[in-house]
Amino acid sequence: MAAALGRPRIGVLALQGDVIEHVQMLRAVGADPTLVRLPRELHDLDGIVLPGGESTTMGKLMRRYELLTPLRALIRDGLATYGTCAGMILLADRVLRSADDQPTIGGMDLTVERNSFGSQVESFETDLNIEEMPGGPFRAVFIRAPRIQAAGPRVDILARLADNTPVAARQGSLLVSAFHPELTSDDRMHRLFLDVCKDNRGRLEQRLLAAQA
Amino acid sequence: MLERGTWTAKRGLAQMLKGGVIMDVVTPEHARIAEEAGAVAVMALERVPADIRAAGGVARMSDPGLVESIQRSVTIPVMAKARIGHFVEAQVLQAIGIDYIDESEVLTPADETHHIDKSKFTVPFVCGARDLGEALRRIGEGAAMIRIKGEAGSGNIVEAVRHMRQVTNGIRKLQSLLPEQLMAEAKELAAPLELVKEVHETGALPVVNFAAGGVATPADAALMMQLGADGVFVGSGVFKSSDPARRAKAIVEATTHYDNPEIIAEASKDLGDAMRGLEIAAIPEAELLAARGW
Repeated sequence: MAAALGRPRIGVLALQGDVIEHVQMLRAVGADPTLVRLPRELHDLDGIVLPGGESTTMGKLMRRYELLTPLRALIRDGLATYGTCAGMILLADRVLRSADDQPTIGGMDLTVERNSFGSQVESFETDLNIEEMPGGPFRAVFIRAPRIQAAGPRVDILARLADNTPVAARQGSLLVSAFHPELTSDDRMHRLFLDVCKDNRGRLEQRLLAAQA
Repeated sequence: MLERGTWTAKRGLAQMLKGGVIMDVVTPEHARIAEEAGAVAVMALERVPADIRAAGGVARMSDPGLVESIQRSVTIPVMAKARIGHFVEAQVLQAIGIDYIDESEVLTPADETHHIDKSKFTVPFVCGARDLGEALRRIGEGAAMIRIKGEAGSGNIVEAVRHMRQVTNGIRKLQSLLPEQLMAEAKELAAPLELVKEVHETGALPVVNFAAGGVATPADAALMMQLGADGVFVGSGVFKSSDPARRAKAIVEATTHYDNPEIIAEASKDLGDAMRGLEIAAIPEAELLAARGW
């Protein structure tokens, strides 16, 4: 584990999208962010963020540069992961309205519909109540956003729109939101993710110690 | 309460496109090639800029039916161009649910004095700029994204490099000024004071800035990225080359790995012929597209 007592080292998938926005927010909440474009950059991470952007572009570049297999293995082994918008699509086990031959990572028991609200003129902001999050409503920005159409029994839904559409969820160490906290100044989702990373690190270390004993 | 067309949502889509390549396409088939290559968006057009240049005459907004057929053929965002100042073309494009409007010098301007009042629209706009002042004027009118003008349809990167450096130099100069010098600089730039102050403080444009106008090779794309562009528009460069699918893929890879020469070298191999390209000095002054708009 990297920096066992120091700041958690969080990768940001940097093939395309709003990478810097996540980097800045991660830094602000006390993480040590690092960019991931190639498989060798996946080492010693306490967590990884899959940013907003075009899921088709990121999927194709992940396949071309052989990131899909190592990422799937890391996520299966418990790497804490936060996907925003396109990142949520990449983490979902089932994607509706995907492009032909669109590679994804998977790992979360979700059915997600891409670009589910319509074209850019339908993009919107709204106040959301996020489960167990102190500090009042969260100003959430949705851009050509995906929608969670179905979630398996291991998935906790963390937030819903007024019409009940689920837009944020957690499954163990995997966190997703259809909206973009990184476009606002509200860092509570990133703090939540950092807590997931830290819990996870503690658990993995215990497992390692148990294995050694 | 869902609030649409907010500044954050307009600017946000451009932020999602960063690090990516936006490709000009003239048919649904082109659009699918672009999507398959990993483009983050396509620009739907009747003709690529090199053909507009060759055809001459008045270049207008594309047939909405063509734009819709391209929208139906891909899942990535679709942009389209309106003439400078032609706000009704923009209204039409918004009505068919386009994702971004390019108020573009590639088309024949409809108004020599006024650009579109872009703040009135729900759909976001991208506009061309040659220097910091022009970029801030367009942002002042509501543009949520800027692109360097370069010289569209030339296949020659020299103008894009010039314009990118002009914007960067303008920002550096602003950062070096004292607060009491900002009004004089705003006058000099012919740009809104509030935006001048903002750039002075942040050292960056308030919106995403892509390169455009002359990108023909993977190395061209990486050059613009290293010069500070947030992403790249490729107009004629893909579909005027001998192997569009391959070149498109290579330009996408070089844009992502712009600071990795080994990967750019690998991506640049065996692409066939690039578009032929034009010496800027050989283009008659009246035909220079970058000079349209102000």
